[in-house]
Parts: sequence; structure tokens; C-alpha cells
Amino acid sequence: MSDSTLLRTPLYDEHLRLGARMVPFAGWEMPLQYSGIIEEHHAVRRSVGMFDVSHMGRFEVRGPGAASGLRRLCTYAVDRLSPGQGHYSFLCNEAGGALDDIYVFRLAQDRFLVVANAANAAKVWGWLLSHLPPGAEPVDRHRGTAMVAVQGPRAVATCATALSPALASLPRRGCAELPWGEGALFASRTGYTGEDGLELVTEAEAGPALWRRLLEAGVTPCGLGARDTLRLEAALPLYGQDIDEGVNPFELGLSFAVSLDDGADFIGREALLQVRDEGPRRLLACLRATERGIMRAGYPIYHQGQEVGKVTSGGYSPSLGTSIGLGFLPPPLAKVGTALTVGVRGQPLPVQVVPRPFYRPPRP
Amino acid sequence: MPSPKDRRYTREHEWVLVEDGVGTVGITDYAQDQLGDIVYVKLPPVGTPVRQMEPFGEIESVKAVSDLFAPVSGEVVEVNAELEERPELVNLDPYGRGWMIRVRLSDPSETERLMTAEEYDAYVAQEAQA
Repeated sequence: MSDSTLLRTPLYDEHLRLGARMVPFAGWEMPLQYSGIIEEHHAVRRSVGMFDVSHMGRFEVRGPGAASGLRRLCTYAVDRLSPGQGHYSFLCNEAGGALDDIYVFRLAQDRFLVVANAANAAKVWGWLLSHLPPGAEPVDRHRGTAMVAVQGPRAVATCATALSPALASLPRRGCAELPWGEGALFASRTGYTGEDGLELVTEAEAGPALWRRLLEAGVTPCGLGARDTLRLEAALPLYGQDIDEGVNPFELGLSFAVSLDDGADFIGREALLQVRDEGPRRLLACLRATERGIMRAGYPIYHQGQEVGKVTSGGYSPSLGTSIGLGFLPPPLAKVGTALTVGVRGQPLPVQVVPRPFYRPPRP
Repeated sequence: MPSPKDRRYTREHEWVLVEDGVGTVGITDYAQDQLGDIVYVKLPPVGTPVRQMEPFGEIESVKAVSDLFAPVSGEVVEVNAELEERPELVNLDPYGRGWMIRVRLSDPSETERLMTAEEYDAYVAQEAQA
């Protein structure tokens, strides 16, 4: 467990102090759980929880060419974002395959923040360095900052009280930079749990103070275990499990992250135009078990005795009390209502294709 | 916390408590803690023959699935049906209400091959350090 090659976030000591069970993840030593995955899961669904997501890559892109330079790399028209807005996007290769799925925030006219998956941080940094034109300068903010995701129905109100009242008025996908303590706080109304919430970035040294302030405000610390069950219920794909360089955004059902009609060229556009016109050859489907048993990543999916795909993410849904999973299927089988089976260690588990997402929070 | 001294233990972290030729089987406190939240326990029906150190069922936590190994050979004479609705009893009370199956022993001398509580606690202390 004490592998010296693993990186530690600025909040590492906070996790130890809280008795977290630490595990290696994407080269980082991260908390898997504190009190228990299911308890942490319900804290986010019912109240408010927080996650150390400092392991995720954070890169600023600055300069007069930042907007047009990023547009060349992103599937989404990030140059059309107004300052204070963010959007989900892909970085694709020429074949339209996903190098990473990212969030892009426009901080100012000539300044953007790119948030990348931890496992892809080095790849994304290299991609930015080698593909951004002069006039668009990438700045690595990964190790110098801490990032905390505060999620749940009470997340925004809690942060507004504990940190800054201005946070209450951030629109969905919006972002802002606020003074906080001695320095600045970046906040965006985004997350990876299917709940309302905020993602916060501070200087690394201010990270522990931010974390403790939120703890004192009653926010439940949550680990990677709950992060995974929450994102799976929200049917949000995870790079490395559901996404790799051979997967395109249309297969994931995430066409909202692709802008093909703004007239701008970007890497992978030709290939994605073709996918849009011809239709994807497979689709990521939401599978829900109709009997007891748990599907997990790698298990085969069968239709009438024929293997038709594999589960890419699977597990137990604490909110639904049953097993759920994601998997690629031929489009005719990806329709809601299709009955399939998943091979669970040699035993067939009946499952059904259900609407996306598995879980949606009740509207207040 | 030391393990209960009234039963024997496997290297795979199951326990067996033998009374009148019938062994009650479950997993240890250490095992449930390592597994985390348990969400499904798959057990064999009454009448199934089991063999010492061969799998008799599966236990699924949020994180992972693991085999359950029989500490003793014999025939399953009772199954804890309560676990179907409340698998979390394995977390809450691993040595009590979280029991899994009862086995009529075919060879009571097999228990001598299992660890005592003291041996098991030493084994776990070693495993936790590794």
C-alpha cells in the first residue's frame, strides 16, 4: 500500500487523519472509502458529500490564440463559450477516437481551464504542447492546485454558506473565480455524480483549509468507491473502462459534446462526420439486472445465446438495490426494453436495456 | 479485536462453529472489513454436498466478488435465508446473524486442520503487514 512511486494529492494527510482506506489509482494514492461506500453514496444522493479529485489533470490555456487553438483540438465548439461558461468535450484522434473526455471552462476571453482524467493527464498535456499553435500557451496547473468536488442536493447551499455567497448564483456548467482566504478559488457548477454540485480548485497549500472548512460545514468525505457507484447510476462513462481510443462520442451517446455545424475544423472532424451520417456501429447501453446477481466489467453479454458484447462498467446500485452496468451493443439491441443475459461467472443473469440514466435526482 | 475462541478458521477467512456434529459457517470480521459493504451472498440449497476448502458460494461486495470456501466437508442442512434480503448482516454481525450455512460434518476430524482463534489472529496480523 505504501508504494513510493505513487503520487499524493495536497489532501493526502487529511485522508489519513479521517482513517480513509487508501488505494492506488491512475498512479495516485487515493481514498477508496472512509465510513463505507454505500453510506457515502447515500450522503451524496440525500445531502452533500465531497471528493478529493486533485488527481485529475488541470491545464490552463492562455493567450490571444487560446480559443481558436483549443477549438482545433476539441470536438465541442469551446470557442463559442462565453467567459464564465464550461462544457463537456472530447479530444479525438484523426479517426474520431477519444484521446480523453474533458471539461473545458472559459475563465476569460483569452484564458481557459481544461480538466482531464487522471489516467490521461500526461497524454493530454503532451497533446496540448504539441498541437496548440503559437499564441495559445498551455500552463500545467496539476500539481500546484487541489481540486474538491462537492456534490449532492445540499452542495450549493452548503458551499454558499461555508465559502462564499456568490456560489449560490452560479448557473449549471457555469464557472467563476472568487477571492478566498489569501488566494483565489475557482468554482464550477459541474460534477460526476448525477447530482447538483460544485467543483472547486485552490492553490495546493490552501487545499487542506478548504477541505476542513467543508468538513466543519457537515459535508461527508467520500472516496473513489462511491464516486464509481454514483457515476454509474448517472450512466456517465469512465475513461479506461467504457472509453478508449477506439471509441467515438456517438457510440457513447454523447453527441451533445460534438459540434459539427459551426464551420470550424478540428482533429477527428472528418471521421465523426462520417459516423454521424452513417450512424454508429455500436451503442453504449444501460443494463439493469432483473434478478439477483451482480454484473461486473468484462462479463459477456448474450442475446439468444450469442455473445453480442461485454459489460464495460458494472456493479451494484445502492439507490436501486440491484445490479446495473454499461456495455456496447449493436444498435438494434441497444433499444430500451431488449432482454439480454450477462454471463456472471458462468451463470446467466437476466438483464434489460433501460433508459439513460439509471438514476435521476428528484426535482425540488 | 481477538476472534471468538469457540470456533476454527480457514486461511480464506471463513469460520466454523461445530455443535453436535453440525458446523455453522460464516466469514470473519477481518474478511467483512476487507470486503466492505456486502450486497449479495450466493449460497447453495439445502442438501448440497460440500468439500473442505472447495467453493460453496460467492460473496459480492460493492467492490468485488469472492468465492466462499467450505471449512469442512459434509451436507448443507440449513441456509441463512435472512441474508437474501439483508446481506449487510455479514458486515454488522459476522459471527452471529451473518452466518451463512450449516453443514452436517462427514469427517469431524477435518476441523483439526483448521486454525485456532490464536493462530488465525496471528495469521491476519501477518497478512495485514504484507
